[in-house]
Formats: sequence, C-alpha cells, structure tokens
Amino acid sequence: MNFAIFEVFDVYLLEAVVNGILLGGVLALMALGLNLIFGVIDVVWICYAELIMIGMYGLYYAYAVFGLPMWLAAPMCIALVAVLGLLLHYIVIRPLLDAAPINQLLATGGVLFFLQSFATVAFGIDFRNLGIRLPVLAIGDMHFSYARLLAFLAAVAGMVTIYLFMTRTYIGTAIRAIAQDRQIMVLMGVDSRRLYLVTSALGGALAGLAACLLVLQYDVHPFVGLSFGPITFMIVVLGGLGNFIGGFVASFVFAEIISLGGLYSDLEWGYVLAFAFFILMMFARPQGLLTRRS
Amino acid sequence: MLLVKGLVKRFGGFAAVNNVSFEVARGEILGLIGPNGSGKSTIFNVLSGTYRPTAGSIVFDGHEIAGLAPHQIINRGIGRTFQIPRPFRRLSLFDNVALAGYYGQGRHSRAKAQASAERALAVVGLPIDPKAKVGGLGAAGLKKLELAKALATEPKLLLADESLGGLDEHEMSRAAEMLRRIRDEMGITIIWVEHIMGVLMRVVDRVIVLDHGEKIAEGSPGAVANNPKVIEVYLGTEVPALHKLAAASHAEGAPS
Amino acid sequence: MTARKLIIAAIGLALVALPFVYRQPYHLHVLVLILIWSFAYTSWSVMGRFGLVSLGHGGFMGVGAYVTALLWNHLGVSPWIGIPLALLAAGLLAIVVGYPCFRFRIIGHYFALVTLALSGIVLQVITATRDFTGGSLGYTPERTKGSVLAAVQFVDKETWYLIALLVWALGLLVWYRVDGSMLRHAMEAISEDEDAAAAAGINVTAEKLKITVLSAMMTAFAGALYGQYQMFISPDTVSGISVSLQMVFAAVVGGIYVALGPTVGAVITILLAEALRIGFGTAAVGWDNLIYGVLLVCFIVLLPQGILGSLLARSGTAK
Repeated sequence: MNFAIFEVFDVYLLEAVVNGILLGGVLALMALGLNLIFGVIDVVWICYAELIMIGMYGLYYAYAVFGLPMWLAAPMCIALVAVLGLLLHYIVIRPLLDAAPINQLLATGGVLFFLQSFATVAFGIDFRNLGIRLPVLAIGDMHFSYARLLAFLAAVAGMVTIYLFMTRTYIGTAIRAIAQDRQIMVLMGVDSRRLYLVTSALGGALAGLAACLLVLQYDVHPFVGLSFGPITFMIVVLGGLGNFIGGFVASFVFAEIISLGGLYSDLEWGYVLAFAFFILMMFARPQGLLTRRS
Repeated sequence: MLLVKGLVKRFGGFAAVNNVSFEVARGEILGLIGPNGSGKSTIFNVLSGTYRPTAGSIVFDGHEIAGLAPHQIINRGIGRTFQIPRPFRRLSLFDNVALAGYYGQGRHSRAKAQASAERALAVVGLPIDPKAKVGGLGAAGLKKLELAKALATEPKLLLADESLGGLDEHEMSRAAEMLRRIRDEMGITIIWVEHIMGVLMRVVDRVIVLDHGEKIAEGSPGAVANNPKVIEVYLGTEVPALHKLAAASHAEGAPS
Repeated sequence: MTARKLIIAAIGLALVALPFVYRQPYHLHVLVLILIWSFAYTSWSVMGRFGLVSLGHGGFMGVGAYVTALLWNHLGVSPWIGIPLALLAAGLLAIVVGYPCFRFRIIGHYFALVTLALSGIVLQVITATRDFTGGSLGYTPERTKGSVLAAVQFVDKETWYLIALLVWALGLLVWYRVDGSMLRHAMEAISEDEDAAAAAGINVTAEKLKITVLSAMMTAFAGALYGQYQMFISPDTVSGISVSLQMVFAAVVGGIYVALGPTVGAVITILLAEALRIGFGTAAVGWDNLIYGVLLVCFIVLLPQGILGSLLARSGTAK
C-alpha cells in the first residue's frame, strides 16, 4: 500500500520535472531576448512581455480569425513583433540614448501602458485562444501536452538559430563582443546605429517567437504580459543582466521551481515560491546579480 | 597609534599586498611610496575599510579595526582623501564639508559639524561661503576640498592619497606645507601616499617603500634614498633626483 | 517671505473651508482621490528623487490596504491598530528587500528590476491566497452602520476630504522635513558616489534603508487610506506592476525634485482619466491609459524634469 503511494508520487514528480524543462525552454527564449537588448543597447525593455502579448494577438487574428495557415501566420507574427521592436527603438529609445538610464526604463514602461490599453481598446478584454486543442502525449503514467513539447522544441530551435547567427556572422560576433564589453564598440568601428536596429529587431523577433509558442498554451488578453513579465525580469537579473548563459541557466532553475512548487499546491504558489527563491538568492549569492553592474 | 601586522590582501590569486607590517607613531608624518602597482593604494583602501583584508591585523588606538566598514573606521578617527577628488557636485561647497563633519563624527550635532567644516575650510584656505559652488573649483581647489572633507571628520589619523597629482610646482610645495601645518597645529598624524617624491621627502619624518605588495625599505628619507634596494626599484632618472632631494631635506633640517 | 507665508496660509484655509461651502459629491470624490494619490506619489518621490527608482511601491500600497482590511474582517482589529500594523509590515518588507539591495550595491536598473519583482510577488500572493483575500476579484472591508470613528468608516465625502487633506499635508511636511535634513545631503552624496559618501562617514546601507522604509510606510498608509475610503480593494488597483508604474509616472510627470511635483502629477493624471471616462462613457475603457501612456513617453522624452519642475526651472525659482 505504502509502496504504491510512493510510485504514484514519483511519477508525478518526474512529470513535473519534465514539464519544468519544457517551460524552461520558453522562459529561456524570453530571457535571451531581454539580455540581447540589454547587453548591446544597455536598456531594459520593461514592456517586453507586452510586445509578446501583441504578438499573441497577432497570431490569434492571423490564424483563428483570418484563417491563414500556421506556416504563414507564425512567421508573419514573428515579423510583426520584430517590426515593433524596431519602432520601439526608433521612436522611444533612440531619442533617449544619452538620457539617464532610469528615463529609458520609464519610457519603455510608458510603452507598457500604451500597449496594454491599445490591446484593451482594439481587442477588448475578453480571453481568447486559438481554438486548437493539441493532443496529450502519454508515456507510461505521465502526461505531457503536445503544445508544451512543441513550444520547447521551437524555443530550442530559435535559440540555436540565434547561436548560429551570433557565432557565424560578422554582425553576430560584434553583438557578442559588445555584450561582453561595451567599450569595444568604438574600437571595432561598428556602426552603432545599424547594430542597435539589428539587435532591436532580433529582440523583437524572439518576443514574436515566444508569442507564437505561448498562445498555443495560454489564452491571450490585454494583461497577459503581467503574468510572465515579472518572472522574466527575475530570471535576467538573477542570471546577470546581459549574461546569456546566466539567463539560460536561471530560466531552467525558475521553471523547475514553478513546476515542482505547483506540484504540491497550485501553480500560483509555484510562482510565489519562485519569487521567494529570488529574494533568498539575493541574500545568498548577490554576485550572481552583480556580474554586469557598471 | 596605528599598528599594522602581517597585512595581506589578495584579489583572486594575486596578492596586491603581501605580509606588510608597520607602525605609525602619534604626531608623525609617514610617507608611503613605491612604483605604480606596488600596493600603496590597496593598503589605503584596506586601512580605510573600502577593502576587507585577506589576513592580518590593524590596531588603531588599541582597538582592532580590520574588516570594519568605512563609516565605522571614520567614526573611530581615521579620515581619508581620494587620489582623484570626488566632490559631491549636487551639494554646495560648504555642504560637502559639513556633510563629512556631521556623519564623520557620528552624527552628533549639526552645529558641531558646521564648526568643524568652517575650521577645515579655513585650514585649507577655501571660502567659508554658504553660496559657493563646487563647480567653480580648479584642480588645486578640488584637492583642497578633498582635504577639507577629510579634516571635517576630525580625524586623529589622516590618510592622504597622492594629494598633489595634477598640481604645478608652486601649488605642490604649498600643499606639502599645508600637510605639515595640519600635523603641527592640529596634532593630526598623517600617512601620505605620493607619486611625486620630491616634496614628500621634504616633509615626512619616515618613509616606507613598497614594491610588488611587499615592504622593501623603511627609515628616514635620507637613509631610504640611499638604500640600494630602493635605488633598484626606482631605476633610471629618478635616482639622482632622489639623492638630491634627500640631501635637500636634510639641509632644510626636516625632522627625521 | 511673509507674503509667501500669507499666500500659503490663505490657500490652506481655502482648502480646509472648501467642503463647508461646496458639497457636490462627485467633485469631492475626485478631490479625495487626487489627495490620496498625491500623497502616494509624494511618498514615492521621497526616495525616488535620490535616484532610488523603486518599481515596488505598488507592493507596499497593497500591503497597507490588504493588511488593514484583513485584520478588520478576520480578527476584528480596528484600523486604528490595523493601520500601524500594516505600516510595520510594509516597513519590514522594505527592509527584507532593501537590505540585500543596498548592502550589495544593487543600484540603477538592477534595483528597479528587483523592486519590480517585489510588486509581482505581492500581487501573486494576494491572488494565490484568494481564500482570505478574495484573489483578483477584490476584497471589501466589512461595513459598519453609518460613520464609525473606531472603524475609520465615514459615509460623507466631507469627512473623507478633510482626512485626505490632512494626510496630504502631512506628506508634504515629511517631504520638506527630509529636504531640510542632513539625510537629504547624505542621500544626494550617496546618489552621486557611494564610495566617497562612505569615506565621509556615511553608513550608506543604513541611510538608504532609512529613506526606503520611510517611503514604504508612507505608501502603505496611502494604500490603507484608499481601502478605507473606497471600501473595495483589488490587486489591480492597489498592487502590482501597473500601480507601481502609475506612481512613478505621475511623480515624473509632475516633477520629482519639487515638493508639489507629485501633486501636480496626480491632478493631471486623475483629471485626465476622469475627463476621458466621462467624455467617452463606457467606451473609454483603455482609452485613458492609451493617452496616458503616449503622454508619459512624450514627457520623459521632452520634459525629463516634469511639468512643475520644468516650469520652476524656467522661471528660475527652483530650489
């Protein structure tokens, strides 16, 4: 009798661990986008999660309302958010490049308000979803949703693409070098304007990809950004702003905490646990937070 | 008054200060010299609490102070200046000094802080004008302000970090004179780190020479200038200058 | 100088006398909201003006509102005791988050993001403990019959107006007290150069904590007051990132380096929201924030000192 209980317990545990890994993939994708922007341009897009929200609506409209096929709708959605990233940089960040960092932060916060209310006005406050229910994959006693699996694989593919871009192209190499040491920019004779635009578009594209993957699993509404925005910020802070590897590791740590925490109560408590962990880590390992402090 | 024993400060594997011991007597001006990267500034930062020592003890007035926070060390009576002046540009000149007077003395009273600030400004020769701004000061003025901030904390021991860099000949000797006056008239013991050795040798009672984080010589300016180890460290053009200045300092009858 | 004092006294008298001569309930309601939010924004700028940009003040406001209401509903503790306890809780929370930040020199972007996470935590905890707090649906303190002083519940707007006016004036008083204190000098020094400040004998961590705890407790007070006045609180209105950002923005729009800046910010933002709400009716949902967001971006790009700050700087009377 006791034995049986343990067995069930272990299966759930394993399921939660695997689900954590699947969640970690998407979180890592979002963290990568934010880190890229911070590493190169030295600004934090507070409205990052809201860009994703717009992307989610984009895919919803393209696929569920206008009936475009997914292979067309998804790239369109990624392109849409990439353009938004460009516009954000062009209209808001560029005039503020020499301003106090806090003003840049607040300006993107203003964009957060704008995007939220824009979505409210344009799309209403109803919860919407794509209306596709992907099957559930059963392995033994464990159940995984295809949507999550797909999201994980696409996130990994996206990150591999970025990795190849960063290592195989000249501009990618420049981005990596600058993320490590901003002083280099002048020495390398890089055209910073062009580099910033490329980076902003890239950060936007990553947000667009994340949007496609999230809308497969979750309903979209104007305030959906608030539910995963904070966790993304905690991940990049804990990993070290601008530190790609750190952000990647922190994504999976957080995802496991959320997933395992959710196992013993509900998912919200998983989030609360993750927040508590974040505060704890600030006491225990502030170095992790300090890697890129100027 | 200050007893430093076996002081070690490592950054990663690199020992910036390696097993340095020395003593400072009350009322003395001690010179701390050495080439770039010899560990002078690191010792200063450890003494003032900016860095925590890896090993060793620092006893000030009979109390161990190694590892205390900067503000605690200042409240015990050790003031410091920075090599590059670091004024608070958003505060007025007077408020800069009064701030140090207030917090540097353990936040007792604003009246006392203002009195200390006025005295400190008078000693360094800056205007005691509540409207004066930091913005109008030149290199020499900023150095003076730096010194005034340290003095306003009413220190028993003053750590002066390369106070004369960026000044011309005339300003330099006046500043050196000022340090001597601070010792003579206010009874403040001074440790003086300096690149420009000429003036230093004329004013200090005793010199410690550092190289690669270790103490290689200690003694009167004259003796140190003739020390072969020191000559080896300060190879080249500086050596004759060192001799000349050591001789000059004796001729002037500086205490040794 | 005396002329100035006379003008201030006259304005003060007029503000106090207002509800005795003018009682239009809706207008008084808007005024009460403006006063409470002005106080909240002033609370934020008490620390924000020193470059300590907290995006966690929504969290402190939520603690103030919810602790007070929870103690009243579940344990029957009067707000007269509940509010001080709520302030204490907010102060403790400020220490728990602030201490590691200040001790380990987490500044600028990092500080903003860490405090942003704090907003998220408080929101998430309120939602997760929905059995007690009502979750995202909101929470209502149990009503007494009529106005009861012991329960800090009043039916008439006039009383609330006077309470809010008093608290707002207290907020300004705190602002001026900090402005004239050595703490302000210390904080200015710290915001410029922490090492040099420490070398002047300032305990950087302790001074930053002081101002943060002060600001957090004031903000919690604003939250408690808001809850008592509206008799309804929800995570969206008193906690979370949106509220934090709203506070920062209103303060920035008005100007954080002048005492009345946050008040001007509150007047502008609340009047704007109300005007849009009336102008558009139910269709206004979202429009107010849309225009708000655009204005904020414009303000930050064009007038970084805020409206009042820029006006004063132009007329040469800025402090």
